[in-house]
Amino acid sequence: MAERLKVRVDPDKCQGHARCKALAPELFELDEYGNAHEVGDGTVPAGLEDKAWLAKSNCPEIAIDVIEE
Amino acid sequence: MSDVSQPAAHPPVTDWVNDFDHTDPQWTDDPFPIWEQLRAASPVVHTERFLGCYMPTTYEAVREIAHDTEHFSSRRIIVRDVRPEVARNAAPPITSDPPVHKPAKQLLLPPFTPDAMKKLEPRMRAICNELIDGFIADGKVDAAARYSKYIPVRAIAHMLGIPEGDSDLFINWIHMILELGIKDETKLMQAVQEMSDYFRGHIEERRSQPTDDLISYLMNARDKEGQPLEESHVLGSLRLLLIAGIDTTWSAIGSSLWHLARTPADRERLIAEPELMPIAVEELLRAYSPVTMAREVVKETTISGCPVKAGNMVLLSFPAANRDPKMFPDADKVVIDRRENRHAAFGLGIHRCVGSNLARMEMQVALEEWLKRIPDFRLDPAGTVTWSQGTVRGPRQLPFLLGKAM
Repeated sequence: MAERLKVRVDPDKCQGHARCKALAPELFELDEYGNAHEVGDGTVPAGLEDKAWLAKSNCPEIAIDVIEE
Repeated sequence: MSDVSQPAAHPPVTDWVNDFDHTDPQWTDDPFPIWEQLRAASPVVHTERFLGCYMPTTYEAVREIAHDTEHFSSRRIIVRDVRPEVARNAAPPITSDPPVHKPAKQLLLPPFTPDAMKKLEPRMRAICNELIDGFIADGKVDAAARYSKYIPVRAIAHMLGIPEGDSDLFINWIHMILELGIKDETKLMQAVQEMSDYFRGHIEERRSQPTDDLISYLMNARDKEGQPLEESHVLGSLRLLLIAGIDTTWSAIGSSLWHLARTPADRERLIAEPELMPIAVEELLRAYSPVTMAREVVKETTISGCPVKAGNMVLLSFPAANRDPKMFPDADKVVIDRRENRHAAFGLGIHRCVGSNLARMEMQVALEEWLKRIPDFRLDPAGTVTWSQGTVRGPRQLPFLLGKAM
């Protein structure tokens, strides 16, 4: 069975560059200040794994973790 | 003692590593080989010019400084020949340090979220097309003077609720502050004074007739204690929004068009694959980042192993960081579909550009509308491309021939 991924945004590191929301809108949402949070509990639906890694590798603040469960 | 009202002449640079000068004509024309040379020498270099100034040359050193608000203050954010007294509320939050930075920044964030920018997008597309209508029949154009220049100025005027027709007035103030002001204090003070008077007039009008724009938004803002902002804070933030929102994005759009004029393959690809545009915009932001910021060292420390001493300024070059080959493979090439791109064009850390979502939207719209109507264009060999000097880098003359080459 394929691994399940979870994404997590570190709120202390996020500065609202919003790259994750642009690249993976299914996985991230922005608050009223434009800072990012994972959608729900961060579980990455099947088929969106690439987007999770892409968001992580484009975050200028290195604020995104992708956890393999 | 030299009189501060007389702009100082800078001797030409012969030793870049020990005597760099970001206002030197060679830097203005083509800074990339200079940055490479400085990076090869040390992660942090120093010049005695500007009353003493460091420059981090690697992405890592830039990142360290941008994240270190204990040793590096934002109270001065332009490297200049003079260091006059720091004004209170100069331009919050960009000139603020913790702890006052956060509330001032949070105040400005909600009007600039990506969703807020989407509402502005139709107006931006209309502005771009009005501008193109003005020159497309001529077969040639200075794209800096007649296109990229007016897109951001009209956008921010629209958001602030001030007349788009005053654009040339705003552009002149910015030229006086960001370019002439490096060497001429009186020009800078004059522009700041004129801007403040201009905004005071608009604030006064809104006291009797409130509007739905950023000026009213700031007038009605309340701090945690429920108190309105001091007038100097409102004026400082308004000056910041006007200054920061204009020649930065003007430069980014201009540099992008300059690249596309010289790179037909990238043009064709963006026309064939329009969904690539957001990724391309990020790469153009990386390769031609317009904005260099500054910090003042307030406490001695070391950066990437190099000692830095209090009292010096720091030229915080996000553009140079974005060309560091340790961080970006093929750093000196525009890879239009670059997948991994942690570029620092909008800064890093707490001072991330508040208008980054606006700038991205403007760039994307400006390039899309241009390519829809002008898929083929090239540099006019009869003209000269010129670049702005100092803090913000972008083309100020961009002569193009429009249409297919004969």
